[in-house]
Amino acid sequence: MSMDAESDTVDEPRLDKLPLDSWHRTRGARMVPFAGYEMPVQYEGIIAEHLWTRENAGLFDVSHMGQLLVHGQSVDSALEKLMPGDFQSAPDMKPKYSLLLNEDGGIIDDLMATRRGEDFYVVVNGATKHGDIANMRSRLPDEIVIYYMKEQALLALQGPRAAEMLDTILPGVAELGFMQAGAFNWRGHNLWISRSGYTGEDGFEISVPGIAAADLADAITAHELVKPIGLGARDSLRLEAGLPLYGHDLDDRTTPVMAGLNFAINKRRRVEGEFPGAARILGELGSGPPVLRVGFDIDGRQPVREGALVLTGEGNEVGRITSGGFSPSLQRPIAMGYVGISFAELGTELKLEQRGKLFEARVAAMPFVPHRYHRKGASA
Amino acid sequence: MTVFFTKEHEWIKVDGDIATVGITDHAQEQLGDIVFAEVPEAGRSLSKGQEAAVVESVKAASDVYAPVSGEVTEGNGKVVDDPSIVNSDPEGEGWFFKLKLANPGELDGLMDEAAYREWVKTL
Repeated sequence: MSMDAESDTVDEPRLDKLPLDSWHRTRGARMVPFAGYEMPVQYEGIIAEHLWTRENAGLFDVSHMGQLLVHGQSVDSALEKLMPGDFQSAPDMKPKYSLLLNEDGGIIDDLMATRRGEDFYVVVNGATKHGDIANMRSRLPDEIVIYYMKEQALLALQGPRAAEMLDTILPGVAELGFMQAGAFNWRGHNLWISRSGYTGEDGFEISVPGIAAADLADAITAHELVKPIGLGARDSLRLEAGLPLYGHDLDDRTTPVMAGLNFAINKRRRVEGEFPGAARILGELGSGPPVLRVGFDIDGRQPVREGALVLTGEGNEVGRITSGGFSPSLQRPIAMGYVGISFAELGTELKLEQRGKLFEARVAAMPFVPHRYHRKGASA
Repeated sequence: MTVFFTKEHEWIKVDGDIATVGITDHAQEQLGDIVFAEVPEAGRSLSKGQEAAVVESVKAASDVYAPVSGEVTEGNGKVVDDPSIVNSDPEGEGWFFKLKLANPGELDGLMDEAAYREWVKTL
């Protein structure tokens, strides 16, 4: 049999190690090259880890992501030159999802930005972080300084039991609302914790000094509700949650409107129209984008993956799958991709073509599995 | 009954002129959780090296090639209905298909079990 997917990734150049490298290995992780590092793809198995996270709590090492501190005079209005969010009236300690845009309105990266006193704490994708930093440095005024906090590790604790567990070692953390952040101290180390994540579940993202990361990971996984979870399950969880992955579902030729991320284009910013690619993006908001990111339900059991073509019943190509796989929670294949706007309506019957084989599919609502974020004031 | 192994991580159990084909424990472990399997129908004629079956894990899709030539006598419907059998019992209940050997000479040069297990350790 062939094992192409395994061997494709083996020959990458020199890989860096992250603070938890040996921590993962001693726990039986299978390490694979990812974003220039060796990262754990799985421990006991992707499906078991996926379901554990949906039912209990899973600890993910996402230290490959870029943690930046951006500061300088009027840093908020400077960031608005690059992104379509409202940073000027952004309250302290409230992470915002935003998009680094090029002058054509294409997405250079998606990120989280949090006002933290005088600074903005920005978390960008691992595979794009060096490009992002260079891009931001070249486009921001000289008085704005970007500090890449490469000594920080980033852990994510995700799942319906995450809050009760984490509160046992970090009292008060359960008081945070969804998309709210705060500074905490653990055994003398400063932590920055936000209630956010990439699984569709309640959970936390914890910025911790690299030297303390293994001890913190030990303390968290000592709890019987928590297991370490690899990047394989992270991908299947985010796909079920309908969340796009940069480099697959988003790229620099895709606008926020095409990606269905209109919520990231702030109302005031739309009126003012002063963000990169505003003319194109406002045009697409007004009269519709040429293509749209949609979900797909697929008949049968076989996964349809990135790269598959989307066809009409007559066989005309009208789109492409950008992420797809087997949903462990739903026990069936799901996918997301882009289709021409006239085929984007929910329920539209289409065909997918993969390796010469056709699959019956229809446009489906996302998320595939409902989000269970912790909304303050909402009943648990 | 003799069992042969290929460098493509398939096993071939030969009983008379009937060969049963599956993937090895090493292969299932590398693939991870298997979520889909497709096996050939009885009567299909396979030549050595031809795509015979499909196995997909959460992560990846792989083809299973016919390690020897022959006519398929049976595809294993059990692994189609429950692909996780390939993870739990890859070299037993998780077989993919049986075929009637067209050219038993093709078995020459394949590894025996001991040679295969030693070779896998070097990967």
